[in-house]
Amino acid sequence: MTLAITVGVLVSGAVFLMLQRGLVRIILGFVLLGQAANLILMSAGGTYLRAQPLLDYTPVDQASDPLPQAFVLTAIVIAFSITIYMLTIATAGCSDDTEDRS
Amino acid sequence: MNTSLNLPEPTAYLPLLIVLPLAVAAALVLFRVPVRLERALLLAPGALILVASTGLLWLVRDGTVLAHNVALWQGGIAIPLVVDAFSALMLWATALLVLVCTAFAIAVGDDRAAYFGPLVLTLSAGVVGVLMTADVFNMFVFIEVMLLPAYGLLAMLGSRDRIRAGRVYVTVNLLTSTIFLAGVALVYGTAGTVNLAALAGAAAESPAVATGTGVIILALSVKAAVVPVHGWLAPSYTNTSAAVTALLSGLHTKVAIYAIYRLYAVVFDGDTRFLWIGVAAFSLTMLIGVLGAVGENSTRSILVFHMVSQIGYILLGAALFTELGLMAGIFYLIHNMFVKTSLFLSTGAIEHTHGTGALDRLGGIAKREPLLGAVFLAAALSLSGLPPFSGFVAKVTLVAGALEAGQWEAAATAVVVSVFTLMSMMKIWGSTFWGDPPKEEGGDGDTGNAGEDAAGGGVAIQDPPRVRTALLLPGLVLALLTLALGLGAQVLLSLSAQAAGHLLDPSTYVEAVLR
Repeated sequence: MTLAITVGVLVSGAVFLMLQRGLVRIILGFVLLGQAANLILMSAGGTYLRAQPLLDYTPVDQASDPLPQAFVLTAIVIAFSITIYMLTIATAGCSDDTEDRS
Repeated sequence: MNTSLNLPEPTAYLPLLIVLPLAVAAALVLFRVPVRLERALLLAPGALILVASTGLLWLVRDGTVLAHNVALWQGGIAIPLVVDAFSALMLWATALLVLVCTAFAIAVGDDRAAYFGPLVLTLSAGVVGVLMTADVFNMFVFIEVMLLPAYGLLAMLGSRDRIRAGRVYVTVNLLTSTIFLAGVALVYGTAGTVNLAALAGAAAESPAVATGTGVIILALSVKAAVVPVHGWLAPSYTNTSAAVTALLSGLHTKVAIYAIYRLYAVVFDGDTRFLWIGVAAFSLTMLIGVLGAVGENSTRSILVFHMVSQIGYILLGAALFTELGLMAGIFYLIHNMFVKTSLFLSTGAIEHTHGTGALDRLGGIAKREPLLGAVFLAAALSLSGLPPFSGFVAKVTLVAGALEAGQWEAAATAVVVSVFTLMSMMKIWGSTFWGDPPKEEGGDGDTGNAGEDAAGGGVAIQDPPRVRTALLLPGLVLALLTLALGLGAQVLLSLSAQAAGHLLDPSTYVEAVLR
């Protein structure tokens, strides 16, 4: 339940920020949205399983699912690189305003 | 594994198709090499993938499915790379397009831009990855691998507005990728796996999995520019260089279409309950796309709107989900990849030579450049669906498929939209290739009319530049291909039928992966 509420709060914050005009705010919105997606991924593994997924250390019925964690790790790296790229193009123009001036 | 020679199975070489372009890309980033060698290295992986995929097509022509579980993990857990007739066809078309577009980029000098080579190679590796993978999360990763270089290419090459265009492209794609990721999470949470083979038919049984997969297909629809989520396509594709537009139009949206076909066929098992949504949305896509082109006044923006319309045609095949419909859709997909790219390349050659693609600033090109005119006309007629080009076969099969499935409205839309497509193509033809060159410099514009009085005679207006052969060849190759596919349609039709068979009944695909 806590996870669901957190995802909801993150998504609403993300939507609010993404509807702004400045690109930096939009980027921050995407950061929030990315975190929301990551939390959904984490919850996909079942949050009731908490123990470290290590061989011969944790019984299988208590170990958490390592696959969503690997997914999240990959997703974080990808989102991070795109965030950096977007910050670059935010500064590449003279202003970060996304208004159509043409 | 019981062979006396200790060689790995032939399928173990499948990952090489992804690794090879990536390795060459890395080498080109790390080492400075002479221009000639760099160009050769740029073309080599594409050529190799072309040869390999031709071989793969030969191997899978009878319905075999080649699968390799990466690192030999057990089937169902491993990341599988799979090649069936559908993916082999797509691989073949992809390799050819990458080669042709790179050749065009080399001809116009785009490849001199910093890191052009590594970016294009990484992009092609990503596309090959999406086409071969049978794992939904892995598909997300490869889609990102294919998109990240595109962001760079879009921002590097093109018009003054390219950064603004890049913003639209990056934000839309990041948003859809995030939605895709959330969809993957929902699928994993409900089905407990993201392996396509293990997911086979899951969405048809469980509404929860269907919702998760639906989210993924929604994200893919945005990437494929299906109406009403097509708005990002026109601003971003018109502001980059012609070579990059051709490359992206041939690969990116089409890969999303491939993924939609595959996911719907395997995970939904072609569930007939949801097909009406597709028929409605894709009929609308055909119509809105072609109507959007009416108001445009440059060659590239007209062609970009036609892309939207054509995407409707291709996906209609998936929405029909009959043997004939799927076969027509796959044939249409391959045909469209070639024709659309050919159009972008031949108009791109004009844009590069004359410095503009605006309809009112061009004219009379067919008289000076008969071959270029013929290349454009062939591709334009093929796009509109006239014989003897491949577009005719594609449209006739698709309309027949729609009628067979009882979708009269969709069939009627397809026919009406082809008339509009033809009108639009004639608009480009009439104002760019026919008529007189525009007299903008005042003076006597007629001196530039015919190419024969070469020196011009000292008047202010110069003789218009000629399109170089190197710019012409890439479009020509693809135009000849569409003619060949039109005259010898049987070859591609039988391969498409084979591919459609795997989509209708994914059991061979599933067995090959889970083996």
